Amino acid sequence: MAAARSLRLLHAIPPSPPAVPHAAGNRVMHELSIATSIVEAVTGQLQEHGGGRVAAVNLRIGRLCCVHENPLRFSFDLVREGTPLEAAELRIEEVPVVIWCPTCEAERELPGIQSFVCPTCGTRSGDIRSGRELDLESIELAGLADEEAP
Amino acid sequence: MKTTPRILEVRTRILKKNDEIARAMRRDFERLGLLVVNIVSSPGTGKTAFLKETLARLAARGEPSAAVVGDLETDNDARRLAESGVPVRQINTHGLCHLEAEMVAEHLAGWDLAGLRYLFIENVGNLVCPTSWDLGESLRVALLSVTEGEDKPLKYPGLFNTADVAVITKIDLAEACEFDRDLARANLEAIRPGMRILETSAKTGHGLEAWLGELAGRRARLTAG
Repeated sequence: MAAARSLRLLHAIPPSPPAVPHAAGNRVMHELSIATSIVEAVTGQLQEHGGGRVAAVNLRIGRLCCVHENPLRFSFDLVREGTPLEAAELRIEEVPVVIWCPTCEAERELPGIQSFVCPTCGTRSGDIRSGRELDLESIELAGLADEEAP
Repeated sequence: MKTTPRILEVRTRILKKNDEIARAMRRDFERLGLLVVNIVSSPGTGKTAFLKETLARLAARGEPSAAVVGDLETDNDARRLAESGVPVRQINTHGLCHLEAEMVAEHLAGWDLAGLRYLFIENVGNLVCPTSWDLGESLRVALLSVTEGEDKPLKYPGLFNTADVAVITKIDLAEACEFDRDLARANLEAIRPGMRILETSAKTGHGLEAWLGELAGRRARLTAG
């Protein structure tokens, strides 16, 4: 089941995975671009804060972003090799879609992303309050003792 | 002995670099009074035919326009578009499934955009991957052909939700495909309430004047605001 699910999610993946992101001749998935951006953003932050190694990266990803967890993890594993993120855990918080309902005068969480209708009163609303996040929330740096631990 | 990890609160967009390039380009485009349109659809929806007809009609009206075309491997689309007589540049993505702001910026470098009124960016044919990449456009248009089925917006809600306008293409084939236009419109409305929906045929010209009117209106608002 898990394998079938992965296959379905890896919609744009070539028979053999690309060794280099954006490499010529390879079909690459957009999650690879996202993973590359994560590594670049985190590495940039590390340089500003005096270096170190990363224990975990916390992300918030909205359901409207079309970014899927399995291909993102797969891509992250490819692009972090040889970087300070090599041993980092990727933590992904999925953010549901929230709309503003003008009738209820309240924010309402949608159960899915196929109908932008208030689940309480049925009013249509395209006023999206969350669900498009593609955010790097925080970076956890490994302490020295962590690095030395087996 | 374990130490407590140091936490850096970052709170930034993962695609911050792309967003910054896109924002800078949009500022430049708007200053020039240039309406930039990002066209997205599945492969085979008829983006190139639709765009070629659009460019030819704009040229006939004396409205200077240009196009950049994203394609995985070939320059077929760029060559087809160049037949309309307007400047066209090709972005070959070498397999990458979407365009990014940096690629557009690179391909616009050295191109004198002053005097142009419209610039069209034909994205790679894909209804998933281009969703989160801002290309500096002022208008995002999602195309849907009658041959693809009415439920396409429900299958790709993320992308259709980011579009400002939906264009239903190949409407001349609607009857042959038993295309239910009310259902298609209802599905688009469910995904993006209030979305502007146009029906067109690049072959018969149906709806293209309305589309050009839509473009002119959007550009007028851009230059006014």
